Amino acid sequence: MEKLIKLLRQNARLSNAELAAMLGISENEVAEQIKKLEQSGVIVGYTAIINDEAAGENTVSALIEVKVMPKAKYGYNDIAEKIAQFTEVESVRLMSGAFDLAVTVKCADVVKLGKFVQERIAPLDGVLSASTHFVIGRYKELGSVIDNNRDERELVTP
Amino acid sequence: MNYDNILSQKVLDLKPSGIRKFFDIAATIEDVISLSVGEPDFKTPWTVRRKAIEVLEQGKTTYTSNSGLEELRRACADYFKRTIHTDYSPIDEIVITVGGSEAIDLAIRALVNPGDEVIIPEPCFVCYSPIVKLTGGVPVPAVTLEEDCFKLTADVLKNLITPKTKALILPFPNNPTGAVMRREELETIAEVIKNTDIVVISDEIYSELTYGEPHVSFAELENMRERTIVINGFSKAFAMTGWRLGFAAAPKPIIEQMLKIHQYAIMCSPTVSQYAAIIALTDCIDEVRAMVEEYDMRRRLVVKGFNDMGLPCFTPEGAFYVFPSVKSTGMDSQEFCTRLIQEKSVAVVPGNAFGDCGEGFIRVCYAYSTKHLTTAMERIGEFLKEIK
Repeated sequence: MEKLIKLLRQNARLSNAELAAMLGISENEVAEQIKKLEQSGVIVGYTAIINDEAAGENTVSALIEVKVMPKAKYGYNDIAEKIAQFTEVESVRLMSGAFDLAVTVKCADVVKLGKFVQERIAPLDGVLSASTHFVIGRYKELGSVIDNNRDERELVTP
Repeated sequence: MNYDNILSQKVLDLKPSGIRKFFDIAATIEDVISLSVGEPDFKTPWTVRRKAIEVLEQGKTTYTSNSGLEELRRACADYFKRTIHTDYSPIDEIVITVGGSEAIDLAIRALVNPGDEVIIPEPCFVCYSPIVKLTGGVPVPAVTLEEDCFKLTADVLKNLITPKTKALILPFPNNPTGAVMRREELETIAEVIKNTDIVVISDEIYSELTYGEPHVSFAELENMRERTIVINGFSKAFAMTGWRLGFAAAPKPIIEQMLKIHQYAIMCSPTVSQYAAIIALTDCIDEVRAMVEEYDMRRRLVVKGFNDMGLPCFTPEGAFYVFPSVKSTGMDSQEFCTRLIQEKSVAVVPGNAFGDCGEGFIRVCYAYSTKHLTTAMERIGEFLKEIK
């Protein structure tokens, strides 16, 4: 299972036949293990890692540091789940340290992003502050180096 | 000036490497997907690189002793003890060389007199035969067959031994076939040569890259240490090809002579590399294990890929190459590789670059990401369909 997860993390598009060959087990076993991982919630989803710039997307992304007043009964869950609902939000994480929630968002442009923070995040009950940092460059996403076409090895070596 | 008159006849007679020839073709094609390298795709472990940076900052950039830093030789001795259970004195039985390649050169030059024969299992890495020729020796190819899993057999060896046989090269795990020799197979070789004066040059540069049982060295067989030169290096196991560092171990009388050549020709191996290499041997077991695990999975993927597409491929147990047969296509290996690169931009190396008996095979390196490998194999699959 551990090796299967590692392989899928690196490249989720490997076919079951390829995974079976690499792990030395049958295709059926691979299918079963993946099903189990999906059903038990270990595998939450699959996605492509996109280089936005290369895709010609002029979107704008930001990290919002949100400070929150935790609620007596629900702690941070209530507000975190609310924030996670917005389609603009790509990730929500509870952090240790100077702020509470690290929220990454992606919007069509700066104006929309500004509006999103002002109208959706800041007014939420329990949000004490939200400070927004724009992303101005990307080097690695989900374990993949963005500009990864460079193989500095010679084409043919002994 | 007629250069043919002034250049060494021995050098003029050497054939240029078949790999070089293929590189020249590949260089003319745009956006090549290469499966043709002989080196890891991993970066040198960070701790090793950091050590090199530290050494540069400290300005440790002078020569070292001829045989290499004593601390590194000690680490090599520990490494041999740990991995091949053989004792070598770090003082006078180990020399640090410029890659495994220099160690091969030293070993052959220290042994071979004009007319001496050196038995070389083929297909194999390209350097043994030219170096033997430069010493005035005679390379004697020992053909290894696919049906023997490209291992050297006692029968083949027996038939090649003459009173002039000076040395036997044992290049296992093998580049380009990926073959390994297990203990019992090495023992049959030992049985053949035990009452002779034949020296074994055991090139174990891929010793860390075995999938299944751990590597066994010829030197660790009973009574074989005295006649064995063990060659290893940092390039493959630790992803350090560009650092140019290897090492050799042998009984003192042999190392003494090898060291003489080394001190006149090279002086000492690169100092920064030597310091960094100590970290490789002492502190990188986990990194090597992780790399081997990766290679192993890619190996299975590629072997299955070739067998599925109809290019029969024996399952290699070492190094990072597979060696599928292209005989079913009716093309020879040169034609297959040339057309594959021209029509599909995929570069693989013709098997005959590694000896005449490599004809009919191609060498495919799997030191690439799975994404790269699956793309390349898809294209080879398309190529096979189109030529039918």
